[in-house]
Amino acid sequence: MKVPWTWLAEHCDPALEPRQLAERLAMTGTEVERVSAVGPASADGFVIGLVTAAEQHPDADRLLVCTVDTGDSERTIVCGAPNVAAGQTVAVALPGAVMPDGRKLGRAKLRGVESDGMILSEAELQISEESDGILVLDADGPAPAPGSPLTELIPLAEQVLELEVTSNRVDCLGIWGVAREVHAATGQPLGPEPWAQDAEATGDGEASSHASVTVEVPDLCPRFTARVFENVKIAPSPPWMKARLMAAGQRPISNIVDITNYVMLLTAQPLHAFDLDRVPGGELTVRTAFEGEKMTTLDGVERVLDYETTLVCDRNGPSGIAGIMGGQVSEVSGETTRVLLEVANWKGTNILRTSRLLALRSDASTRFEKQLHPDLCIRAQRIASRLMVELCGARLVPGTIDVYPDPPAQRALTLRDSKVSGLLGMDIAPSDQADYLQRLGFEAETVGGGLEVSVPPDRHFDVTREVDLIEEVARVHGLDENLPTTLPRSAGQTGSLTRAQLLRRRTEDVLRDLGLSEIVGWSFTDPEEIARLRIASDDPRSRQAAISNPLSEDASVMRTTLLGSLLDAAALNVSRGAERLALFESGRVYLQGESTQSGDLAGDAPDPVAGRFVGRLAPPLLEPHHLGALVTGAVGRSWRGEDAGADFFSLKAVLEALAGQLGVPLSFEAGSDPFLHPGRSAAVIVSGETAGWIGELHPIVCRHWDIDAAVAFEVGLAVLLADADAGEEAYEDVTTYPPAHQDLAVVIDEGVAAEDVRRTILAAGGELLRDAAVFDLYRGEQVPQGRKSLAMRLEFRAADRTLTDEEVAGLRERIEAELESIGGSLRA
Amino acid sequence: MNVTERITELRDEAASAVASAAGTAELEELRVRYLGRKSELTTILRGIAELPGDQRGPVGKSANEARKALEAQLETRTAELDAAELDERLSHDRIDVTLPGSPVRDVGHLHLITRTTRQIEDVMVGLGYRVVEGPEVEHDYYNFTALNHPPGHPARMVQDTFYIDPSSIAAAAGDIPPVPVTDEDVVLRTHTSPMQVRAMEAQPPPIFIIVPGKTYRRDSDATHSPMFTQIEGLAVGDQITLADLRGTLLKMLRAIFGDGRRLRMRPHFFPFTEPSIEFDVSCFQCDGTGVVGGERCNLCKGIGWIELGGAGMVDPNVLGFVAENGYDPERVQGFAFGFGVERIAMLRHGVPDLRRFFDNDVRMLGQFR
Repeated sequence: MKVPWTWLAEHCDPALEPRQLAERLAMTGTEVERVSAVGPASADGFVIGLVTAAEQHPDADRLLVCTVDTGDSERTIVCGAPNVAAGQTVAVALPGAVMPDGRKLGRAKLRGVESDGMILSEAELQISEESDGILVLDADGPAPAPGSPLTELIPLAEQVLELEVTSNRVDCLGIWGVAREVHAATGQPLGPEPWAQDAEATGDGEASSHASVTVEVPDLCPRFTARVFENVKIAPSPPWMKARLMAAGQRPISNIVDITNYVMLLTAQPLHAFDLDRVPGGELTVRTAFEGEKMTTLDGVERVLDYETTLVCDRNGPSGIAGIMGGQVSEVSGETTRVLLEVANWKGTNILRTSRLLALRSDASTRFEKQLHPDLCIRAQRIASRLMVELCGARLVPGTIDVYPDPPAQRALTLRDSKVSGLLGMDIAPSDQADYLQRLGFEAETVGGGLEVSVPPDRHFDVTREVDLIEEVARVHGLDENLPTTLPRSAGQTGSLTRAQLLRRRTEDVLRDLGLSEIVGWSFTDPEEIARLRIASDDPRSRQAAISNPLSEDASVMRTTLLGSLLDAAALNVSRGAERLALFESGRVYLQGESTQSGDLAGDAPDPVAGRFVGRLAPPLLEPHHLGALVTGAVGRSWRGEDAGADFFSLKAVLEALAGQLGVPLSFEAGSDPFLHPGRSAAVIVSGETAGWIGELHPIVCRHWDIDAAVAFEVGLAVLLADADAGEEAYEDVTTYPPAHQDLAVVIDEGVAAEDVRRTILAAGGELLRDAAVFDLYRGEQVPQGRKSLAMRLEFRAADRTLTDEEVAGLRERIEAELESIGGSLRA
Repeated sequence: MNVTERITELRDEAASAVASAAGTAELEELRVRYLGRKSELTTILRGIAELPGDQRGPVGKSANEARKALEAQLETRTAELDAAELDERLSHDRIDVTLPGSPVRDVGHLHLITRTTRQIEDVMVGLGYRVVEGPEVEHDYYNFTALNHPPGHPARMVQDTFYIDPSSIAAAAGDIPPVPVTDEDVVLRTHTSPMQVRAMEAQPPPIFIIVPGKTYRRDSDATHSPMFTQIEGLAVGDQITLADLRGTLLKMLRAIFGDGRRLRMRPHFFPFTEPSIEFDVSCFQCDGTGVVGGERCNLCKGIGWIELGGAGMVDPNVLGFVAENGYDPERVQGFAFGFGVERIAMLRHGVPDLRRFFDNDVRMLGQFR
């Protein structure tokens, strides 16, 4: 909302500099986005002049040499405007005046004749876009004497406040509402209500004999008022009005249109003018559209309407979309002599809906959609009527057509003093409360322990409860300077992170410490990602939730795997020259399936890491937290030797280290995820449940993202953490009795997994065998073709004694025997 | 010269020879010469039995002492010479200490958003808050309706909402959807505030929680990203006031931006709080003066304040949606606040463009350890 300073000051003079007022308004709830200037920065050197002679320039066809009386002297001014003539009162910029574009005017010779100033056009003063001719000031009657400051007619150096009006304050989309706000904020006097005086009705007959209005949908149109004007003379508006409209951001068009805009800008109530001679029979009907009904709006666009669109129609069909934009059929034109002025009230939610549907917003719709009060209609009719008479020479026909079946009762509220101090945590004297509310236009009367308050129509839909009054009182009182700084006294809970949240931080820290860098990927992705990852349509991950209104197609579905995000990040960094990357992400995926919710925030809080959230309604999707990593390029860089490329085992080591930190037993089984190398990938198993996958990426997948070989994993954090014992470990005596170590070399068929050998050994060793770990793998001359030698280190330990050599030897024999059962033998 | 004198003489002679020996080989020769099987001292010791009775004691003692002393001296001198010889060898074994460590131990980093989120979480945990999380794909009911944005309300328009196509969501069993699913019933949450209502449904008052998480709006420029991170705070009990909100925000801001910071609360409008405010922190670059070294402060644009977020007292209408769980608006009240994590990180680290957080360029991210 643009508020020209002089317009505001006419209703409430803030007696502050614009910057100071902006600061004050910010602290009472109205943000001033900027203060800008319209027109020349200073009024100095801009005066009123009288053209006493205008003669042809001796050396230029299109220039006139004018003699202009500027009070102190007669000046010679060269002018190129075709409309300049002797006898006109004009706006003159004297040498030294600074033009709006910052140019300082000097004396200049134009084709040999020195010009001692400049006769100005409207565009040069920034009061309209009219630049073809000069501004003639006495066109509508006598003008001040030559030499008078131009500001007597036109505001110059106009400061404009650009307000950011919050959506609840539709009243501040009018200058009057802003003036009231300034009055409340500064205490400066507020002028009389601009609608206090109505125009004198001098027209013939009654409004109802010229026109009729039928409202078929009173719930969508709570009030429809219309007045009729005869003898209307369409002309440009006077300079003062043009200047105000321009400063307020409205382009002047003609006096009628300008009046409707001007009154809207003043009162926040939009108006619409019909050429009554183009409304057959003067009959208007308010109804909803037929599905698919069409009409052409003022902007020349044909609109297709639906059955919820509210229309103002004449006998022949739609004449305007209610509250949004008029139509061309009854548009005011240069020939118009009879005007019907519509000032109506519309249901805001319907206007908002239609405006969204048609993608058509207007100054009117942005006001109506926030719900105006029907009482504003008559205010606007009264102000507009006076201007119609004054500026258009119109005669107001007596009577107002007013379809207003159900006027709302004025809202009455009680404001308890105890509630004010109880909610705010500070006391405000009841007399001050009453004063603040009265400044804002409320009526407030003291009644034991509080106030009885009546809400003015301007605030009827915004202030509906006691708490709304408390806000009004608080903001005028001033929060920043008066509100104490305290902390809640209520007995709270112990602040803490849940175990899952702590362990999630731990996993992130471990991955960081193992050399991986965290990324945050987009939650939305390309629907093609599934195909690029070779994920089949029967895979649950192929069922991405789709965004109806994405910003772009490649960000139009919710991701079901972190792999796409990791690959996107890898591809970006590789394209920017990265040679080696180790990335991880700790984030959600969005899967189909009901996310069950239960419990409360205290004892059995649902685990958000598993995608379970509190609340009465289960969320639409399941959103488990996953942990993913991707490594490409060399690992273990050194200037001393060959860099090793990232492969399955290098990343498995990361996952194992992570599991070790969390105290989670992991196992791996050959996997079958379609985006992985079929021979170099595994399912990650925790306590018999699949937590995720790990593997070298399929070369075709790498090719899609234009990267070389990469290895990745993705695990569901909830499954990973389910059995984590980090932080809950039980003490075990590992120092009193020493362990015994034995190394075995097991020769076995290539096809037998190392893990199977290890499990066999552990099973045979019983509880005294505490650990068995592969420390070497050998293939070659020493072992037969098709077999391999696994070197295992065994650790035996008893909790209550030192093991004897005989005991260990006995166990070793048992292990040897068991290994034979799976085709293994010990190498000497 | 009697035997005892000879022993003394031998001992002195050997001592000076050992002391002046230049190498371990020479020491070995001296050991053989003075302590070897054929050495004079050994011969003396071996001949003790043949000496007259009164001489045996003194000679034996003196010879033994001489031998022990010499052995000790030899040992000390050997160690000295060993060390000297080792040092001499090591002095030729030189490396270029300026070469890099090997293999390089790359240490990764946390994303700046994660780090900043954790910092704020820790501050609020210290103030007695729990950290709860909620769904990002959310029902309209929680994102708007229960937050006092009734259908058709203009405040809904302020937030450019992403909608989820209902046909792309599996028809689930149970109590969802609560109403027939229309095109705008499922949204990507536009703020973390929906969790206010979910949390109050799950826990009666008093409640003190914060909600960090991703949020989404259809907007993309230097200060807007279609995905961004918010932190929500909610405190509801029987006597929690707007003044308490001010104290809480001040504690939090000082923990993040430094002890000297000031807080400013400006009245504003949000449908789900009443009264509503926006809050600013005094600029930490110019200390709220708006001027740095005679120039206009570029961080706060000369205003002295930096806008951070929105807050207010929880609107009674919001409490009304959870009244049956103990949130009778006549009996309990409290505050809520929300702000952007990226904005905090941008301010603290001078990141100029919000979108840089989601490029995931490791050169950018790696600056923040």
